[in-house]
Amino acid sequence: MHCEESYKQQIDDVLSRHSGDRGELIPILQELEEEIGYIPREAIRRTAEHLGINESAVYGVVTFYAQFHLTRQGKHRIKVCQGTACHVRGAGQLLLALKKSIGIDPGATTDDYRYSLERVACFGSCALGPVMLVNDAVHGRMTPDRVDDILEQLE
Amino acid sequence: MTFPETRERAAERWREFTADNTPRMLVGTGTCGQAAGALSVMTEARSWFENRGIPVRVYEVGCLGLCYAEPLVELSRPGSPAVLYGHLEGEVIRNVLGRYFEKGELCEEYALAVMNGPAAGVIPAFNDHPVMSGQVRVALRNCGLICPDSIEHYIATGGYTGLVRALEMSPDAVVQEVSRSGLRGRGGAGFPTGVKWDLCRKQEREEKFMICNADEGDPGAFMDRSLLESDPHSVIEGLAIAAYAIGARNGYIYVRAEYPLAIERLRIAISQAEECSLIGDNILGSGVSFHLAIKKGAGAFVCGEETALLASIEGRRGMPRSRPPFPAQRGLHGRPTTINNVETLANVPVILRDGSAAYLRHGTEDSRGTKTFALAGKVKRTGLIEVPFGITLREIVHGIGGGASDSGKIKAVQTGGPSGGCIPARLFDLPVDYRKLAEAGAIIGSGGMIVMDESTCMVDIARYFIDFTQKESCGKCVPCRLGTRQMLEILEDITSGRARDNDLADLQEIANSVKVASLCGLGQTAPNPVLTTLRYFRDEYEAHARERVCPVGACAAMLVYTIDAEKCVGCRACMRVCPVQAVSGEAKQVHEIDLAVCVSCGACYEVCKFDAVKKG
Repeated sequence: MHCEESYKQQIDDVLSRHSGDRGELIPILQELEEEIGYIPREAIRRTAEHLGINESAVYGVVTFYAQFHLTRQGKHRIKVCQGTACHVRGAGQLLLALKKSIGIDPGATTDDYRYSLERVACFGSCALGPVMLVNDAVHGRMTPDRVDDILEQLE
Repeated sequence: MTFPETRERAAERWREFTADNTPRMLVGTGTCGQAAGALSVMTEARSWFENRGIPVRVYEVGCLGLCYAEPLVELSRPGSPAVLYGHLEGEVIRNVLGRYFEKGELCEEYALAVMNGPAAGVIPAFNDHPVMSGQVRVALRNCGLICPDSIEHYIATGGYTGLVRALEMSPDAVVQEVSRSGLRGRGGAGFPTGVKWDLCRKQEREEKFMICNADEGDPGAFMDRSLLESDPHSVIEGLAIAAYAIGARNGYIYVRAEYPLAIERLRIAISQAEECSLIGDNILGSGVSFHLAIKKGAGAFVCGEETALLASIEGRRGMPRSRPPFPAQRGLHGRPTTINNVETLANVPVILRDGSAAYLRHGTEDSRGTKTFALAGKVKRTGLIEVPFGITLREIVHGIGGGASDSGKIKAVQTGGPSGGCIPARLFDLPVDYRKLAEAGAIIGSGGMIVMDESTCMVDIARYFIDFTQKESCGKCVPCRLGTRQMLEILEDITSGRARDNDLADLQEIANSVKVASLCGLGQTAPNPVLTTLRYFRDEYEAHARERVCPVGACAAMLVYTIDAEKCVGCRACMRVCPVQAVSGEAKQVHEIDLAVCVSCGACYEVCKFDAVKKG
């Protein structure tokens, strides 16, 4: 539990910015995800308390939406677009190249918490497919051989 | 500040923006532009100007829709035409700047169009560019031409005049004007907007809500993102007019979280509109109020469905419910609510400003006006376009899009994303309108249009879409939850050479059941990609099922890669790209692929310069 204790302040800060209205649930979870990088168990309990609803209701929402994670994510979050235009232009090979370079499957995080790899439905940059997102930077017209260069430039 | 005063200030800003007495540079910095490197082009250009002491005005604009040529920059200087340049990656920008500003050259090889006048030599005027001829821009009227973070630019080009005119009319008259225009919802279903507003207008409740659905989730669609990034005020004005018409004092824009730039530009635009009293309390002294807030989606495709979207705003799992009651009767928090799509709302200010008669000039009997499409896939000129209904698919794909991107031949076009269908090239003379596309088994949908050539396997495309809808199904109703799962399993079997005798018949039957029995639009339309490919490309299914081959060689599981010992020079290129270390061999010796390890990704095939990797 030591690890989770350290988020107390961040959880307090986020909750203090929101009323106890049920409609605040998703904005709260979005801020927690933004601040902490995932939704720890403690945050679910405190959010449920804050809104006066069951923990199961919060858990239900967390697991329904793709944006929320229940486990700690990597320092660099890599998302590969699987939209139709990217698909017909080779998103599958791009994903394979990333799996090879990072050594994990989509949905996983490396043991050293350096990378997380995710498949995402569509970024809407279809004209430049295949597209991948590294943290907030969009890389268009990707090819498998550009993957290592981009990874090397990360801190 | 009164509206005439705001308009005067706007005109002043516009004169500064369009002044032709000093050099000016416009950079398209929408998400597409940024993905292609627009921000580094801008930095590079700024330092180029600084080093030479050339005073220049630099503006960030939205998306012109010529995505294939990103990053895009427009340059102008006194005494020379303003020219739009494309493909400015890397060193190219310095080269073009030097020649344009120092030598007075027009750099024809990078030039796309003249923006402020007639053709200059081989450079066409913007409206005569092959991408633009055939387009009619109503919703996209300002995109790429004004700064999205300037309310003054929007007002100076006729913005918020529609709202001012609406406020002088009765709400009923506003509803009637929109009804007369024949505007139908651009989100996919094509429901008449006037009818939707009228139903909500008639509800006698004190509290109502007006919502903009910007949860653009169809893979392959980016019209709404571009519009919000390039011209957010057109949507805000449309919302304010709609809210007045139905009698709502509060509203939301529900935007996908995957669109951070659109959210940022909307935030700026909302606060500008509030400062100018165009939304907020007592709009322009009329006594009418409308408060607008942004709600960010959290990554669930089904939330594009109206009732799921409402559940999401209320802080619940985004699951649809059965209708009636319709949201117009019982919507957000049980109050009457109207939900319109981004593009629908961007049309509304023009209808109010210019009148419905002007709007009726474009389109067909049953589909009035224009429609935006995101043209992508295997087409030469990908981009965002807006065309009048009634245009043929051929004019879009071959005229505007310029035909196939590689040497390939175009086989089909997929419209409407996971809810739509694949239309074969032999039907490309089909006029694009709501009825004609529905008759062909596809739908207009929100506007995604993916071009597919002969390297695309249509069974794989059907599998791809069902994989998507199966993952995104919320699980509430059985036909969708289990039906999409069953369809996916059958399609996976077919594409990996494990088809059974009855698979095609079963697939057809399940698809029909899911279409009829599902609760919401997601399930009701999910079988469309399967049904249209079965209808138009049955031969491909049969080749997979009976002969166990993928005719275009796209289905990885049915492919075997081997190395031709005669041609292999042992360069190790295939070894380096192989994601699973299936290739072995010494340098300068013939390599070998271990088929037990190989995942048939084709990376070795792509990388081999000696044609030594065989696919079959």
